[in-house]
Amino acid sequence: MSLSEQEVTQIAYLARLSLSETELKDNTKDLNAILGLAEQLGAIETDGIKPMAHPLHMTQRLRADVVTEEDHSELFQSIAPKIGNKHYLVPTVIE
Amino acid sequence: MSIYTKTIAQLAQGLKDKEFSSVEITQHYLERIKKSDLNAFITVTDQLAMKQAQTADGKIAAGTSNILTGIPYAHKDIFCTKGVKTSAGSKMLDNFISPYDATVSHQLNQADTVMLGKVNMDEFAMGSSNESSFYGAVKNPWDTNKIPGGSSGGSAAAVAGGLSCFATGTDTGGSIRQPASLCGITGLKPTYGRVSRYGMIAYASSLDQAGPMTKTAQDAAIVLNAMAGFDEKDSTSAEQYVPDYMANLNDSIKGLTIGLPKEFFSEGLDDDVASQVMNAIKEFETMGAVVKEISLPNSAYAIPTYYIVAPCECSSNLSRLDGVRYGYRCENPKDLEDLYSRSRSEGFGSEVKRRIMIGAYALSAGYYNAYYLKAQKTRHLISEDFKKAFHDVDVIMGPVSPTTAFDLGSVKDSVSMYLADIYTLSANLAGLPAMSIPAGFSNKLPVGLQLIGNYWSESKLLNIAHQFQLQTDWHQQMPQED
Repeated sequence: MSLSEQEVTQIAYLARLSLSETELKDNTKDLNAILGLAEQLGAIETDGIKPMAHPLHMTQRLRADVVTEEDHSELFQSIAPKIGNKHYLVPTVIE
Repeated sequence: MSIYTKTIAQLAQGLKDKEFSSVEITQHYLERIKKSDLNAFITVTDQLAMKQAQTADGKIAAGTSNILTGIPYAHKDIFCTKGVKTSAGSKMLDNFISPYDATVSHQLNQADTVMLGKVNMDEFAMGSSNESSFYGAVKNPWDTNKIPGGSSGGSAAAVAGGLSCFATGTDTGGSIRQPASLCGITGLKPTYGRVSRYGMIAYASSLDQAGPMTKTAQDAAIVLNAMAGFDEKDSTSAEQYVPDYMANLNDSIKGLTIGLPKEFFSEGLDDDVASQVMNAIKEFETMGAVVKEISLPNSAYAIPTYYIVAPCECSSNLSRLDGVRYGYRCENPKDLEDLYSRSRSEGFGSEVKRRIMIGAYALSAGYYNAYYLKAQKTRHLISEDFKKAFHDVDVIMGPVSPTTAFDLGSVKDSVSMYLADIYTLSANLAGLPAMSIPAGFSNKLPVGLQLIGNYWSESKLLNIAHQFQLQTDWHQQMPQED
């Protein structure tokens, strides 16, 4: 199977990327080539094999339920593109 | 013998013997960086370096120093450094002054090292040639028309080109070992979870691992001693005993069983690279090691497995870069959607966008099972192959890269670039420690030998590499200077 330019536009939208016409053409070609590579996995028998999400088969560590984070909001917001009243500012969403 | 040719161990001895001061060696490196045209550095932190060097000299005088006190290094620009630009090689983070230190940065500060600056890399560590960096490609010090390898290309070029005594690197699919091999230095990717990932800008969280890039295995042991250990700030950090990596360097390797996977010596491997690698293996035999052919039957699937798993994780990790809280924001966004999509489209380079889209597709409804889940299952099979192999052998050896460094700009399509990662990807998929050590030259370009060990066997790998370096001088070669 092969992705159409329309499908690539949809994937770009899912990833919140916008592609120029040239980028769309190039990416359609590249994505199809990469997925072609991935098709090789079809040749391998994986029935009953457990998926491996983590190399050490570790489980998530738990910690005591106490506040450990300090308030760094001022420092963190000092590098934000736009702030106001301690909030991150973006274009108006709801009038 | 000039300062830039010295190892950490030699500089530490010289500092102790008052042959030179940390300020002097730092100045020496800063001058060499200034004159260099390798494009290895994104940011040179000269003032900070001089300050750290003065502090280090004070500690040496007071007798409170350690082996890394006052040793200059180059820090891959993927590690957050408080108050210093941390770009990950991307326009997206060109304006990002990190508000905090990565654990690795903190550990190296605690060890009184001197940070010369932040070094170039493929954008968000996605690349094998350092050509995807927003700051331009890095040149290979052995031949400036060639790539240095990637993604830790700036790190490798800085060490090989005598711009830094050692460097940090990160390895998601070979990004320490492949540039180390192509630039003729020693690089170690530890077991997944050995070194903290806190503050190390994430590409693929289940694969990323940081490690040292040095002139020798002994130096790698010194740096790993400072970097390794459990970190509660990293939920994937392993609560595992950390040995002294210097302690076993001098152990005998008589009787060592070396496994050579037949799949690593098949089609696609350059003949001359193969013969350099085999010469190195023969050297091990004369040192008393026993060689055994083994099979890693699923290793051919490492490429498609990796190029599904890693993009899936990257599409998730890089979703945080949205132009809202830090990093690049587009001019005059017309609405929130436009802010997200234009900031990301203008901020990311083409390889990063490609991998994000592959990931977004492979994780999307209807395709998840066919791609991501399937790749996770083959990942399991690849890791089982190693488990079986380590019943019979102590270490696995083979090439790092199918060829020596290729010409800058010569590989134009992604898939061809991906195929060159064939020998390095499987150690990341399995989470195993692996090294590249200098093992010869082909057409005047360095060839690396790969060592893959069982989980937590960094000490053993360093011991094997050190013993090899006692018998050979490939690691002592440096590019000729005009």
